[in-house]
Amino acid sequence: MFLLDIGLGSVRIPITDTVRVLLGYSIENEAWQSIILKIRLPRSVTAILVGSALSVGGLQMQTLFRNPLAGPSVLGITAGASLGVAAVMLAAGSVTTIFSIRQLDLGSSWLIIIAATVGAALVLAIILAISFRIKDNVVMLIVGIMVANITIAIVSIWQYFSDPEQIQEYILWTFGSLGGVTNEQLGVLSLIVLSGILFTFFLSKTLNALLLGENYAQSMGLNIRRSRVLIIAVTSLLAGSITGFCGPIGFVGIAVPHLTRSFLNTSDHRVLIPSCVLVGGMLMLLCDIISQVPGSQTVLPVNAITAMIGSPIVIWIIVKRRNLKSSF
Amino acid sequence: MPILTSSNLAVGYKGKTVLSALNLDLSVGQLTCLLGPNGSGKSTLIRTLSGIQKPLSGTVTLEGQSINHMSQKERAQKLSLVLTDRLAPGNLTAYALVSLGRFPYTSWMGSLNDSDKQLIQWAMEVTGTVGFANRHVGELSDGEKQKVMIARALVQDTDIIILDEPTAHLDSPNRIEIFHLLNQLTTKAGKTILVSTHEIDMAIEHGDDMWLVMPDQHIKTGLPEDLILNGAMETAFGSHSLVFDHQKGRFRKHKPTAKEHEIIGDPIHIKWTQSALERLTVSRTLKIEIRGDIKQPVWILEGHDVTFDSIKSLINHLKNH
Repeated sequence: MFLLDIGLGSVRIPITDTVRVLLGYSIENEAWQSIILKIRLPRSVTAILVGSALSVGGLQMQTLFRNPLAGPSVLGITAGASLGVAAVMLAAGSVTTIFSIRQLDLGSSWLIIIAATVGAALVLAIILAISFRIKDNVVMLIVGIMVANITIAIVSIWQYFSDPEQIQEYILWTFGSLGGVTNEQLGVLSLIVLSGILFTFFLSKTLNALLLGENYAQSMGLNIRRSRVLIIAVTSLLAGSITGFCGPIGFVGIAVPHLTRSFLNTSDHRVLIPSCVLVGGMLMLLCDIISQVPGSQTVLPVNAITAMIGSPIVIWIIVKRRNLKSSF
Repeated sequence: MPILTSSNLAVGYKGKTVLSALNLDLSVGQLTCLLGPNGSGKSTLIRTLSGIQKPLSGTVTLEGQSINHMSQKERAQKLSLVLTDRLAPGNLTAYALVSLGRFPYTSWMGSLNDSDKQLIQWAMEVTGTVGFANRHVGELSDGEKQKVMIARALVQDTDIIILDEPTAHLDSPNRIEIFHLLNQLTTKAGKTILVSTHEIDMAIEHGDDMWLVMPDQHIKTGLPEDLILNGAMETAFGSHSLVFDHQKGRFRKHKPTAKEHEIIGDPIHIKWTQSALERLTVSRTLKIEIRGDIKQPVWILEGHDVTFDSIKSLINHLKNH
């Protein structure tokens, strides 16, 4: 899948050459070599990181809130990142198209990432502050959704008062993109995602206990508030960084945990977390392959593909396996 | 010897005291039944005794230590709970659920060593859940689920187990089984068990000790038999329309005392015929004879020239005449 994703793209490169480049050999066509190493390789790695980070984030939210509809964006983290980006793009005043130079100009792409991270962190801080005061996880979920709505509302008001060109840039960003991450940024992103996933794995015993509900978890000696803060923090880190680097990417975070549970027929997080990483990474690679429309020059927004391709898969699996319902 | 003690305890929520002035002792190795009508504060008391909820005033002491000063982990190694919470994790096998009970003891990965596994095996054998160890929790019946939850509490390896209405959704055979199991756990495994229930007959039959929630927000304690004899039971549950039948040990709707009919025959047949006649208001005293084989008895009503082959036909005849 990984190879296929690198092999396919708007420029046709023979698969043998692709493999050779990946193995570190140099090939005659230098343009191909740089396409593979500078564009396609980072892109595929990004796809894997995005898929696994969002899936693991979604899994944690679904377990914490015992709600099948929860996803990594449920607490408004994604909305917060959007607010940050909107603030930069819409309020920057300069009509120069920040987004279009993003792929070339390192400085402004970092600006977007930093803005998104600050936005996500801001919402996260609010959510965490509230979560210390709330006992009930369901209440926490509702508060999270409300905070997300407020954030989205601020963005729409901002959009309402902005120029059409600026709005267009912003909307382009909301389509999501796996291609905007450069090699240098990839290092930072991988570090964040890998440590986030590793940290989640350390929480797997806690997450397993939460399957029985808060009261039982508490009666077995689990500190509910501390675990909740940790889970929310690590999910925000995963979702926030991904949104910052790639824009809001929907669907994966909700669907992959369901698919994984359904295939493996287990609720044990020690198994589910690594499996979510695998399934999420693969699904995202598949979506990326499709979004590049093999055989053509067009590239579709990845965010649309995840939902358009992913939803039928999920529906098909639900209907076929019929064991999704019993997971919750 | 008390293992869990409350002194001058008041439980409830902000602005609403549910139960107060509670001086309770939970005795080691006994099955104590907490009995009270719906909404009388049994669950609130259980949450407070187990340290999940803070008391309004007073203290709860577990093995000489205040329960609110213990860490959650310490508490979890001394006291386990079986709650009325709905169980959701359908994808968890019964075995996996039971092994979660080792939570306070296992390392960060939650992996089980041999002694953990032995304990789980023992708990599942005792509770009779070995047969469906590999089935998913979502596929189990309510009774099976409850046994799995009790196994999980046993695996938590605590001296005290507190259960909140464990038989609430169960049918009669399952109810009897659960109470029998709890009884076995106190006598054979030396556990101290507090179980809240509103099933009076079960509590009377299996309980060593009884905590009875009274209408004035207090709790009366004692042997079930003593509480019946001193009228506490009737005060707790009775009303102007509900009276406690001291003979049968259960409550029934208040009715003018049934006539004592003269019935001759096998004692068991007499009992159930009498029971059916109690539902009927008959002004005169009836004379009934039950004859024939014990499997195929015949009822003969004196003064009528008819025989009946079932109590139903006898009752129908009496209704129509």
